[in-house]
Amino acid sequence: MATLNLSAVTKSFGATTVLHGIDLNVADGEMIVIVGASGCGKSTLLRIVAGLETPTTGHVAIGGREVTRLEPADRDIAMVFQNYALYPHMTVAQNMAYGLKIRGTPKEEIARRVDETAGLLGIGPLLGRKPRELSGGQRQRVAMGRAIIREPKLFLFDEPLSNLDAKLRVQMRGEIRRLQQRLGVTSLYVTHDQVEAMTLGDRLVVMHRGRAAQVASPMEVWARPADTYVAGFIGSPAMNLLAGTLAEDGAAVQLRAGPLLRFTDGPRAGGEGRPLTIGIRPEHMLRDGDAIVTVALDLVEPLGSETVLHGTLASGEVLTARLPGMVPAVGSNMPLAIPAEALHVFDAETGRRLDA
Amino acid sequence: MDRKVIFKGRALPALLLLPQLAVTLVFFIWPAAMAVWQSLLQQDAFGLSTEFVGLENFADVVADPAWRGAAANTAVFASSVAMLALGVALFLAVQADKAIRGQRFYRTMLIWPYAVAPAISAVLWLFLFHPNIGLIGRALNAAGVMWDYQLNGGQAMLLVVIASAWKQVSYNFIFFLAGLQSIPKSVLEAAAIDGARPLRRFWTVVFPLLSPTTFFLLVVNLVYAFFDTFGVIHALTKGGPGKATETLIYKVYVDGVDNLNLGSSAAQSVLLMVFVIALTVVQFRFIERRVHY
Repeated sequence: MATLNLSAVTKSFGATTVLHGIDLNVADGEMIVIVGASGCGKSTLLRIVAGLETPTTGHVAIGGREVTRLEPADRDIAMVFQNYALYPHMTVAQNMAYGLKIRGTPKEEIARRVDETAGLLGIGPLLGRKPRELSGGQRQRVAMGRAIIREPKLFLFDEPLSNLDAKLRVQMRGEIRRLQQRLGVTSLYVTHDQVEAMTLGDRLVVMHRGRAAQVASPMEVWARPADTYVAGFIGSPAMNLLAGTLAEDGAAVQLRAGPLLRFTDGPRAGGEGRPLTIGIRPEHMLRDGDAIVTVALDLVEPLGSETVLHGTLASGEVLTARLPGMVPAVGSNMPLAIPAEALHVFDAETGRRLDA
Repeated sequence: MDRKVIFKGRALPALLLLPQLAVTLVFFIWPAAMAVWQSLLQQDAFGLSTEFVGLENFADVVADPAWRGAAANTAVFASSVAMLALGVALFLAVQADKAIRGQRFYRTMLIWPYAVAPAISAVLWLFLFHPNIGLIGRALNAAGVMWDYQLNGGQAMLLVVIASAWKQVSYNFIFFLAGLQSIPKSVLEAAAIDGARPLRRFWTVVFPLLSPTTFFLLVVNLVYAFFDTFGVIHALTKGGPGKATETLIYKVYVDGVDNLNLGSSAAQSVLLMVFVIALTVVQFRFIERRVHY
């Protein structure tokens, strides 16, 4: 158990820079989820923490000890790989015991810990089998077992659930969280799945093009996204982003789609006509209200208890809404209301959030 | 992989198989059958009379101390060639598997010796190790080592082993490199995170995962050393000095072509054939059981 500190970590492969200065401080026992689209540098960051890659500049410290130039073996960490990376020629028990054996743990101690860990993960009956005789979910558990048996300072997870089917993924997600909380080991979890990110993390790091776009708790990221990228990435369906300009001395926004919306939380800085991007989550759209826009529906997705609508506004912008209950068929025009209290205001040029 | 083509009738598949079957029949089955038949006969030195003698040729061969000597030579020769060729190839493949500059060039160069004909490769080694005209041979003598493979049986054996192994290294190298590259990188990374240093990773993860490749190559190398090294030995030492480098295959040639003892020569080649068939059977049995994934 330990803290993890990254300071100004950058990584370049030749002329391409994939990480532009990442700073992150992880508290003891905290679970941090690094989330982002593919190619955002999240896996590279994890591999730098693991010691499988060396940062171009910057420092990594685990438990206060500088480890930037140390081999993976000297960092006292454990990692769960996307493809599990079990040793194909070893049994489940040997797979789990491998790290302990290398550290010279006595035989009886190894046997005891293998049994204990197998019990914890419910893989006791599989100990004598080879990885090829296991199902995906079982391999996943063995990979977890191999990681926790060593009682490392740090757990690293590299998209560990992405090779499982949807149902198993939900189940394993819960198990990983329970296990992590029970063992209290500081963890870094990389995923591209925002649901995994929201449910697993104490805090999220939303990565975008080699930068940490936002580091905050899941609810904070959802409620107050730091920029338009985070706003569009977290939440499903994605947040609507509409163009507008500042009006009434900063007290309101004039949407290109028509309505004028008054900010309920106070005026924004900047002159009249400052270009803005206004975010509104699909689930916050209403059937009725003051600021009405008309949507030409082109796709209706009934989900049972609610319906997701996709359509185009008069301004040509696309809009998605999630409404309770039934909704008219495709091809019709539908009036929808934008509630002023649910707006997110961003600068149109920088994409940064503008608070009152 | 299970891709079966279903033919209607038997004529077309039979016709398609015919060329291959004909080649096999004319160049493999027929000579082999002739050898088996010949091994049961005894001819006088001038080929004027032939007599059926049953298994007498085999009894004579096995009892012959010269044949036993050749068998011992072959055991030493074949195991040395296999070990040397496998060891060197594995070492080179591990080096070539690392991300190094110019790795394509390096890999291509390593594959070249395989394209060199056995007799040519023997001449190359002769130019290196001949005591009078060879670069290394002269250097050794100048350094006070009594090097003359034409007089010293041990040195002659060493030379034919090196020359034979050199040719096989390329073949082994390709297979080892392919084997190494098929090991998932993440498995090695997992081992590194588990605390294993490079050498330990090699012996506990890489080498076991290569074992099917290694076993396959071991059999291939043994068969090579048994049969395909005739050219190297013939060009370098002609089985000498004395009979120091006379292997079973070379003795088959000497007895059949030089001594015109066709019955004995045929019996010897049949014995070799049986040995290789046994080796191949063992290989197929084992390889199915020992593949890991």
